Amino acid sequence: MASHAVDVDHREPNYLEVRGRHDGILGWIMSTDHKRIGLMYLFLLLIFFISAMTLGFFMRLEQWTVGQTLMDAKTYNTLFTVHGVIMVFLVVVPGIPATLGNFFLPLQLGAKDVAFPRLNLLSWWLYLSGALIIFLALFYGGLPDTGWTFYAPYNVRTTTNVPLAVFGVFILGFSSILTGLNFVTTMHQMRAPGMGWFQMPLFCWGLYATGWIQVLATPILGITMLLVLVEKTLHIGVFNPAIGGDPILYQHLFWIYSHPAVYIMILPAMGIISEIMPTFSRRTIFGYKAIAYSSLAIALAGSLVWGHHMFTTGQSFTANVIFSLLTFLVGIPTAIKVLNWVATLYKGSIRLEPPLLFALSFIFLFSIGGFTGLMQGVLNLDIHLHDTYFVVAHFHYVMFGGTIMGLFAGLHYWFPKMFGKMYQKSWANIAWALQLVGFNMLYFTMLVMGYNGMPRRYYDHLEYFNFGHKLATVGSWVLISGILIMFINLLHGLLKGEKAPSNPWGGTTLEWQIEDLPPLENFDEIPEVHGGPYDHNTEAEVAK
Amino acid sequence: MNTGNFTSQVEASFLFVFVISLVLLIGITVAMIYFIIRYHHTKNDKPKDIHGHLGLEVAWTVIPTILVMGMFYYGLVGYEKMDEIPEDAMKVEVTGRMWEWKFTYENGTTTDTLYVPVDQAVDLSLNSADVIHSFYIPGLKIKRDVVPGLNNHMWFAADQSKRYDVFCAEYCGDEHAYMYTQVVALPRESFDQWYAGSGSAAPQVTSADTAQ
Repeated sequence: MASHAVDVDHREPNYLEVRGRHDGILGWIMSTDHKRIGLMYLFLLLIFFISAMTLGFFMRLEQWTVGQTLMDAKTYNTLFTVHGVIMVFLVVVPGIPATLGNFFLPLQLGAKDVAFPRLNLLSWWLYLSGALIIFLALFYGGLPDTGWTFYAPYNVRTTTNVPLAVFGVFILGFSSILTGLNFVTTMHQMRAPGMGWFQMPLFCWGLYATGWIQVLATPILGITMLLVLVEKTLHIGVFNPAIGGDPILYQHLFWIYSHPAVYIMILPAMGIISEIMPTFSRRTIFGYKAIAYSSLAIALAGSLVWGHHMFTTGQSFTANVIFSLLTFLVGIPTAIKVLNWVATLYKGSIRLEPPLLFALSFIFLFSIGGFTGLMQGVLNLDIHLHDTYFVVAHFHYVMFGGTIMGLFAGLHYWFPKMFGKMYQKSWANIAWALQLVGFNMLYFTMLVMGYNGMPRRYYDHLEYFNFGHKLATVGSWVLISGILIMFINLLHGLLKGEKAPSNPWGGTTLEWQIEDLPPLENFDEIPEVHGGPYDHNTEAEVAK
Repeated sequence: MNTGNFTSQVEASFLFVFVISLVLLIGITVAMIYFIIRYHHTKNDKPKDIHGHLGLEVAWTVIPTILVMGMFYYGLVGYEKMDEIPEDAMKVEVTGRMWEWKFTYENGTTTDTLYVPVDQAVDLSLNSADVIHSFYIPGLKIKRDVVPGLNNHMWFAADQSKRYDVFCAEYCGDEHAYMYTQVVALPRESFDQWYAGSGSAAPQVTSADTAQ
């Protein structure tokens, strides 16, 4: 580092070395630098991810035999609830926007920070507080056993501490709303000179569509959670039929948020894939505008399909038909994206590096997630599939195979720009292969079991499902070993990795044009933008 | 094998979407692998910036639209049938509670296993005593939620004399996984005999293999 400092001494110190008002840990938890905030989110998020993954590991292990294997039914029910709450509300929803979005949105826009840096820090504190409140239930009344959906009226019957968890989710909602608001404003106000909307990288477009859903849909979750609290504490009948409430109303309100939330989860991941495909093909993206507009189309159509979670509840025939029809509309912009990504490989000059491998497995797994989603949009078929392992496997294909694989792809892609180091590519490839095999062994088996009638959230199973359960459990071991190898490799790269070049992949977007690690305010000089974000083969071509 | 009035249509819907999905998935995967090999930088060091192709992009907007509308239609037709309960259906009251099922027939008989005649339309009137449950017969590919305060109905006709598993499909607490019973479809004479002398010993199914 010392010899290197000589020739860059005219530059600002990078964001990791810079000294602000505070030192040590305070320099992080009081920092308004979007990059440090991004890393703080990433730190918490990975802890939560590994905790919830561990719960998943024990859930799978419990299914090894018919009857009790490790734990009693109550414990198992708490495990799948907490696994779901952590994974959904603490990992996948904040996920990519809070971590990589925070870090790279201003860099990709050519901005010094987000529009409201202090609000951004507040969002992180709200995130931490929401998480702590949920875990407080461990010591006060026990963690909830309702499933992550907190369905009424079981949420009233259970003796576990549902209000605390619900209050935690309520707080997390504010973190999400403020992040969305911050990002949308940033994109409206702080694009570099010359960067029109259609010169913006597609990762930003994904975050833009996501930001609007966060701002518009999350308040409904907040209201719903508040109503649950009011009902539980003041005994005013809202959702509980015993005191005059309507449990179906709860499901409507819950899914009005939670279905669009699926697109909060997936759109940023699609954005990452739209960055990686052109970079490793050394050519521009195929169908830029179609991909940008399809993000908006998914956000819009996705906000109108919540009723497809309720085909079996007894909602009216007409409602079911309309929700089924709208659900299929979401399939169209999704298909456009997938086909444009594949077409981006055409006539490229492809480097098969770890980020591209993760991106390709995203496309494969997410496609299976999409196709199985179509199956559940089919009215009569969903009546059979609803609330079985088929649904569980489907949303793991989308949220895990999609969002989390997208996050892994993004981590491998941007790692050198975040830490200035490089991980071992061979180990990254091994981890990727194990994950791909383990993932399908686990979740494809669950698809088959679901079609054969295995209901979800079951502590126990009938004998004829046992083979499938065993196979899925072995798959979970393969998958988890792939994930652990990946994390160890990244950690090793962080601590002992070789110094990475400024632009190891030949990326064309602005973050790659910064020399070494970005300084506190990102750019010594605000860049001016000419042409599209992925023009590899013009004067903007970066020599490797 | 066709074991109920809805199964063949549900299976047809599944097959329709499955075949389309499989063809597309194989297409996408093969295209990715082919491009990676064909345009690997060792074989192609001069990439070409292709910004788009109107014809192709229109094609892959229009074709998926047609396909998904086909899927929608398939599901709609099948679902219409599930929604229309025949007039001559045999009525049974179903009560779900944490964590058991109870069946009440028109003559007042109550059981914890559902006995029905083969090929007879059965109209289940679903009521919950506590939280939401869901009456699910995987072998007949049909389910309906049992919601407190909301009297849902579902119907089916079993076309084989055998036992069908019944699961509760909506999570309902500690013993959710054990809220299990069976539908026993009997030949018409055996059913009538049992029904007339209700309260007598539970009848047996002749081909007593459990449904799967």
